[in-house]
Amino acid sequence: MKSNKFNAKVVNKMQLKLPSLSVNEGMARAAVAAFVSQLDPTATELADIKCAVSEAVTNCIVHGYRDSVGYVRMTVKLCEGRIVRIEIADKGCGIADVKQARQPLFTTDAAGERSGMGFTVMESFTDGVRVSSKLGKGTTVTMIKVLADLDLT
Amino acid sequence: MGRATFTYEETGYFLRVKLKGDIDHHSAVAIRSGMDSLLYKIRPRRLYLDLSGVDFMDSSGLGLIMGRYALMKEIGGDVVVCDPCPGVDRVIKLAGLDKLVRIERSKTDAAGQDKPRSRRVRKEVLK
Ligand SMILES: Nc1ncnc2c1ncn2[C@@H]1O[C@H](COP(=O)(O)OP(=O)(O)OP(=O)(O)O)[C@@H](O)[C@H]1O
Ligand SMILES: [Mg+2]
Repeated sequence: MKSNKFNAKVVNKMQLKLPSLSVNEGMARAAVAAFVSQLDPTATELADIKCAVSEAVTNCIVHGYRDSVGYVRMTVKLCEGRIVRIEIADKGCGIADVKQARQPLFTTDAAGERSGMGFTVMESFTDGVRVSSKLGKGTTVTMIKVLADLDLT
Repeated sequence: MGRATFTYEETGYFLRVKLKGDIDHHSAVAIRSGMDSLLYKIRPRRLYLDLSGVDFMDSSGLGLIMGRYALMKEIGGDVVVCDPCPGVDRVIKLAGLDKLVRIERSKTDAAGQDKPRSRRVRKEVLK
């Protein structure tokens, strides 16, 4: 059900673990897109998912592991009702104030030419975003994308 | 993957940079430094950023455009973004970047008005 989209029954699943190297941002996007393709998403849905994934993975690399290299873990679950659930996690520095971090234009890295729009992109291009974070422990972003019904005519 | 290249063309006071590939945090770093040395050297009045060859861009691209906008302001010029594809356009509009820089939708509009005085085409390939 749509109201329960964060807990829908899982049909298929992919896991990926990559070191936090920027070269892996493209890899992460491509892997998610390839996996989700089995549901025949529209081009727009796929573009939305790629962009949202890129934001979350980049945040792990740029912010989470700011002064170190660690692993970015990604889990993609294809659930009943054409619900795609994507979890992207790091064990980096964590976020002090998640509510503030999610505000449009908020960034702690203006010097690095960041626009502070990452979370806004994730929120606009998906159907739900949850962020759980603990200082010194890391951050997990869970995103839901509900794909439109297939037109089987 | 995560690779981007650009070519550029200097036409009088205008500099037209055509980006190709995916613009993300990884590729933006190289594009930024390549473009900035060009901007400081040429000091154009206007930078045309041709995005017609870009089929993916995330918020790192917003930072890239906003950063070039600031640099062009510093050297006394402006930025025009040309032909973003629908996906890139959505990211641009989401950030309200279309209120900061002009977006031109067709290639003939972009550099067509002023006849080129000198035309130099060079290619910059970035890793
Ligand atoms: N995984 C993370 N670990 C630690 N801090 C994070 C993480 N993700 C986001 N943040 C914090 O939240 C802020 C906002 O993130 P958001 O992605 O919206 O913007 P940004 O990354 O700063 O800029 P942009 O994404 O536009 O390049 C970041 O500046 C950072 O302080
Ligand atoms: Mg970000």
